[in-house]
Amino acid sequence: MVRFIGKRIFYMLITLLVIASFTFFLMKLLPGTPFNNEEKLTAEQKTMLYQKYGLDKPVPVQYLNYLGKLAKGDFGVSFQQDNRSVTTIITERIGPSAVLGIEATIVGTIIGLFMGIIAALRSNTWIDYWTSIVAVLGISIPSFVFAGALQYFVGVKLRWLPVAQWEGPEYHVLPTLSLAVFVVATVARFMRTEMLEVLGQDYITTAKSKGIANSVVVMKHTVRNALIPVVTILGPLAVNLITGTLIIEQIFAVPGLGSQFVSSIQQNDFPVIMGTTIFYSTAFIIVILIVDILYGVIDPRIRVAGGKE
Amino acid sequence: MNKSKMGTLLTVGLAGSVVLSACSSGSNGSTTSDGNKKVINLIENQDIPKYDTAKADDQVSFEVSNNTHEGLYTLDSKDTPILAGAASEPEVKDGGKTWVIKLRDDAKWSNGEPVTANDYVFGWRRAMDKDTKSQYNFMFTVANILNADKILDPKDKMYNKLDQLGIKAINDKTLEIKFSKPAKSLPYLKSLLAFPTLFPQNEKFVKEKGEKFGLEPENQLYNGPYKMTKWKHGAGWTLEKNDKYWDKKNVKIDQINTIVNGASATKINLFETGKLDRTAVPAEYIDKYKTQTDKFKTIPESTVFFLRFNQTKNKALANKNIRRAIDMGWDKKQLSEKVLKDGSVPAYFLVPTKLAKGPDGKDFRDDVGNLNVGDNKKAQDFWKKGLKEIGKDKVTIELLNTDSDGAKRDSQFLKDQLEQNLPGLTVNIKQTTFKQKLEIETKMDYDMSYSGWGPDYPDPMTFLDMFVTGNPHNEMGYSNKKYDEMIKKAVAETDVKKRWKIMQDAEKLLITDDVAVGGIYQRSTGWVTNPKLTGVTKHNFGGDYSYKYWDLEK
Repeated sequence: MVRFIGKRIFYMLITLLVIASFTFFLMKLLPGTPFNNEEKLTAEQKTMLYQKYGLDKPVPVQYLNYLGKLAKGDFGVSFQQDNRSVTTIITERIGPSAVLGIEATIVGTIIGLFMGIIAALRSNTWIDYWTSIVAVLGISIPSFVFAGALQYFVGVKLRWLPVAQWEGPEYHVLPTLSLAVFVVATVARFMRTEMLEVLGQDYITTAKSKGIANSVVVMKHTVRNALIPVVTILGPLAVNLITGTLIIEQIFAVPGLGSQFVSSIQQNDFPVIMGTTIFYSTAFIIVILIVDILYGVIDPRIRVAGGKE
Repeated sequence: MNKSKMGTLLTVGLAGSVVLSACSSGSNGSTTSDGNKKVINLIENQDIPKYDTAKADDQVSFEVSNNTHEGLYTLDSKDTPILAGAASEPEVKDGGKTWVIKLRDDAKWSNGEPVTANDYVFGWRRAMDKDTKSQYNFMFTVANILNADKILDPKDKMYNKLDQLGIKAINDKTLEIKFSKPAKSLPYLKSLLAFPTLFPQNEKFVKEKGEKFGLEPENQLYNGPYKMTKWKHGAGWTLEKNDKYWDKKNVKIDQINTIVNGASATKINLFETGKLDRTAVPAEYIDKYKTQTDKFKTIPESTVFFLRFNQTKNKALANKNIRRAIDMGWDKKQLSEKVLKDGSVPAYFLVPTKLAKGPDGKDFRDDVGNLNVGDNKKAQDFWKKGLKEIGKDKVTIELLNTDSDGAKRDSQFLKDQLEQNLPGLTVNIKQTTFKQKLEIETKMDYDMSYSGWGPDYPDPMTFLDMFVTGNPHNEMGYSNKKYDEMIKKAVAETDVKKRWKIMQDAEKLLITDDVAVGGIYQRSTGWVTNPKLTGVTKHNFGGDYSYKYWDLEK
C-alpha cells in the first residue's frame, strides 16, 4: 500500500508539472495584456510594470522562472489586486467554497443514496417512477435555475431564509440545496441501477436462501457492492463543488474561489489564474487517489496494489 | 476613466437567465436601524482593487477613498468644491502662480496624529513617483502643478526629480503650491484638489507598512468622514463613522456596509427583502420599477458612448461623407428611448451635458447644441456622394464591441438600422472580451468601434484632447492640424472665456466638419433607493458619492 501511494504521488507530481506547463503557455495566448485598461499607461510605466513582474523576458525564461518559484511554493502576487499574494487570495477564498461544496456533497449523497436504494427496492412502483422523474429533472435543469427559483420563492416571497450573502448557518441552506440537486440526481440514478444489478446476482439469492434477514442482505451485501461506481463519480463531483462553483457563488453572493477565478481570467491576472489552476488540479488528483484507496476499503477484490506477489 | 466593466462582464449569463419577477410589496428598511445607530447597506459589482489614494485608478477604489480620506477640498452635493483639509481659501501670490494654503488645525489621522503640510507633500510626490506606477499621476499635469509634466516625461532631465514638484511645506500647517500658469485660468482646479490622487498620505505610516499598506483595514490610515473597520475580500466591507474626523458632527450615518456582488437578480432580491438600501436597477427590471416613483430614479451620468471611425484600415471610413452618412443614418433617439429605456439620452455630441459650466455660467452644451443632426434622406445623400467618391456601390464594415448582453443588443440595433437606411452597406458585428477590444483598438485593427468614455475631471478637455494627433487615446488615425493647434491653444490660454470658445469650436470641428467620431448616447442609470435614505446625490467625477451628506430618517 505504501509503495502504491508513493508511486501515485510521483505520478501526481508529473501530472501537475504537465498541467502547470500547459496552463502557463495557454495563458500566454490570452488576448490582451494584464495592464491595459481605458486609462492608458505610458510606455515608461508599462516597461516598469513588465520588469517588476518579469514579463519583459522571453516566454521560455518566464516559464523556467515560474517553475523555479513554484518549486519553492511561491505563487507570486496578483497583478490586479495590488501587492496581494496569490496564496493569500486562494486561502481567503477557498474557505466558503469548500464549506459549501462539502455541505452540498454530503446532503446530496445522503438524499441521493436513500432515493436510489428505495427506488431499487421498490422498482417499478410509483416511488421508483417519482425518483426517476426527480433524477431526470435534477440532471437536466441547470443549478442556477433552481438557485434563482429558490432565492425568489423561499427568500423573497416566503421570507423564510436570507436571499444571499454568507453569514450564519441559515445563509448556507439555499446555496447548499441548489448545488445538492445535481448530486442527488446523479447519485440516485447510479445507485438505483447498481442496486438492481446487484440484487439480481446469485450471491444475493444465496444469501436470501440462507435465511439471512432482509435488512442485512440489503445493507451488507447489496448496498456495499453497489457503492463502488457511486464512489467513482462522487470523487470528481466533490472536487468540482469544493473548488468553487461560479454561478451559485455569484447568485448567493458567496465569496468563494469560483468567482475569483473567473474575474482573474477576464482581467488576465496571470499569477492568480496559474495559482488557482494548480490548486484545483492538486485537489483533483488527491481526490482521485483517495477514491482509489477507498475502492480497496469497499471491495477488497480490487485493491490496486495487486495484493501479495 | 475606467468605468467598472468587470462587474458587467461577470453578470453576463446570470442576468438573462434568472429573471424572475420581483413584484413583492415588502417593506424596505427592516434592517436599517440597529438601536439608535443608523446603518445602511449598499452593493458594488466588484471588490476594491487598490485601496491607496496614490494608486487608485478605478471607480470602486475612488468611491471608498473619497469617503475615508480627504484632500484640501471636497465636493458638495452639487459638485461644487468646498473647503475640507484647507482651513480657508488660498492666499494668491506671484500673479496667481502661487497659492499659500493654511491647513485645518483640527484635521487628524485616525491614529490621532495631525494632518500636516508634509503629508500633502509626501502624498503628491508618492503619486508622482515612477515606482508607484500610478495611472492617475497625469492629474498633476492637468492641474498645472509646476514641473509635473517634466517629472513625468522620461526624456526630460527633470524626470522623476520629485523634489522639483510645485509643492512645499512652509510649516506644519502651511502649504505652498506653485502652478505653471495662473491658477485662475483653470476653472476646475479646486475640483481637482478634491480628487483622491491629490490627497495627503502619512509618510511614517506608509513607509512602516511598506508593501502591506492598504491591503487590510488595519494597514490603512484615515482622515475622512469614515474609516474602514471590516474588509472580507470578495464579500464586502464596512465603513464606520471616524471619531477623529474634524467635521464628525455633520456625519449622520453611523455605519455603511457594502456587499460585493454582480448578479442582477440577487441585487433586486436583496433590495426587495430590505437587505439593501440602494442598488442600480439592471435593464431587465427597469419596466418593473419605473412607476414606483418614491423609490426609482434615473440619474444622468457624464459617460458618453460613441462610434470610433478608424480611418486607416477600411478605405470607406477614410471618406468623410461616408462617416457622416453613418453618423446620421440611424435613429439615436430610438436607441435611447426604446432600447435602453434607462433615461439615457441620444448623443449628437462628444462632450456630455452637465459636465461643465462656462465662465458665463451656461452649460457647455447649451451653446454648442446638437451636432450632425440629420435624417434618412440627408444620410442617404451623403452616402451616395461618398460611394461615388470611393468608386464603389457596396461597402462592408466591421463593428467592434464587447461581449456583454447589452453590447450585443446595441450592435444588432445599429446593424439593422444602418443596413436598412444605407443601401449597399453590410455591417458585420465582432464581439470580443473587454480586454481584447482595448487591445484591438490600440493596434487599430478594426473598422468601427463602439466606445465609451467617462470624464477624469469636470472639463470638456478630458474628452477633447483624446483626439489630438498621436494621443494614445486617438487610436483611429484621426489627424487634423487645425484641431491639434486649437487644443494646444486652449491648453495654453489663460483667458477663461477665450479658452471656452476655442474648446467649443474644437468640438464643432471634430464632429460637424470632420465626423471623426459619431455620438451614440449619454448614459443614465436607473436606481432604486430606500425612501428613508435621503440626501443621496451622485458626483459627476472622482468618487461617485459622499456618504457624509446622506441621512436615514426614522
